[in-house]
Amino acid sequence: MSARVGVITFPGSLDDRDAARAVRLADAEPVSLWHAEGDLLGVDAVILPGGFSYGDYLRAGAIARFAPLMEKLVAAARDGLPVLGICNGFQVLCESHLLPGALTRNTGLHFVCRAQRLRIENAETAWTTDYEEGQEVVIPVKNMDGCYVADPETLDELESSGRIVARYLDVNPNGSLNDIAGICNEAGNVVGLMPHPEHAVEALTGTSTEGLGFFTSVVKKLVAA
Amino acid sequence: MARFIVEVMLKPEILDSQGQAVARALPRLGFEGVTQVRQGKRFEIEVDGPADEAATERVRKMAETLLANPVIETFELRAE
Repeated sequence: MSARVGVITFPGSLDDRDAARAVRLADAEPVSLWHAEGDLLGVDAVILPGGFSYGDYLRAGAIARFAPLMEKLVAAARDGLPVLGICNGFQVLCESHLLPGALTRNTGLHFVCRAQRLRIENAETAWTTDYEEGQEVVIPVKNMDGCYVADPETLDELESSGRIVARYLDVNPNGSLNDIAGICNEAGNVVGLMPHPEHAVEALTGTSTEGLGFFTSVVKKLVAA
Repeated sequence: MARFIVEVMLKPEILDSQGQAVARALPRLGFEGVTQVRQGKRFEIEVDGPADEAATERVRKMAETLLANPVIETFELRAE
């Protein structure tokens, strides 16, 4: 039986279909989840997709955090459910306090959309085992509020415990502290990533296919479990 | 009916790139002598009943829960 990976759609989500497609290309079954439902339908992992949930009103991710399904998701994530938040999904994970810190307006004040070189810093999370530590990949980044900030103690803790999952190379597109592109929780099951691996899964439409590893990593883990 | 004002500001240590952009624009418009601009949000909240301690506490809870993100922001609350 193939693994079932849920993709939550909020009003204003944009990349839910691409995320579902990436799940399918990783040989798993995508399951559409609607934010207003109260049931995760027994999925084995969840992706919070990119976009502008609730129009980014108040703060990016601030209102999505209180969606009925998010209450269920927060509890399940604390119990070990693999969760990947991409871009707006990363913002929702920070607002939900599943991940520390916050994402603020890009320091350049422009929406940035480019093919971005990254270094995978932690290849042991639920979503990165198909990469090697130190591997460099090119994945699109496209965001307005992607500047990762946290207090110095939190940053030290993330750095010393290996919880930086990916870092920007060449250019820091949004002013993120320590060039942080992605982080994980202590257990490594919850990963937040500002770049979009779901847009780099097919040669026809992507800058590379180097994003697919995030999806195949979790699928392998689920099938092996 | 009671009316409360909640003002949310980025913590001083968090870079306020929008405030900086405003500060940079002002001299171009001929407004000299501006040394700093910080940008924030103001909420006007009306609730049933008097502006007593219970109402204040409820609005404080709203600010802590939703209006401000305590990781990066602080807020001030007052009845009007």
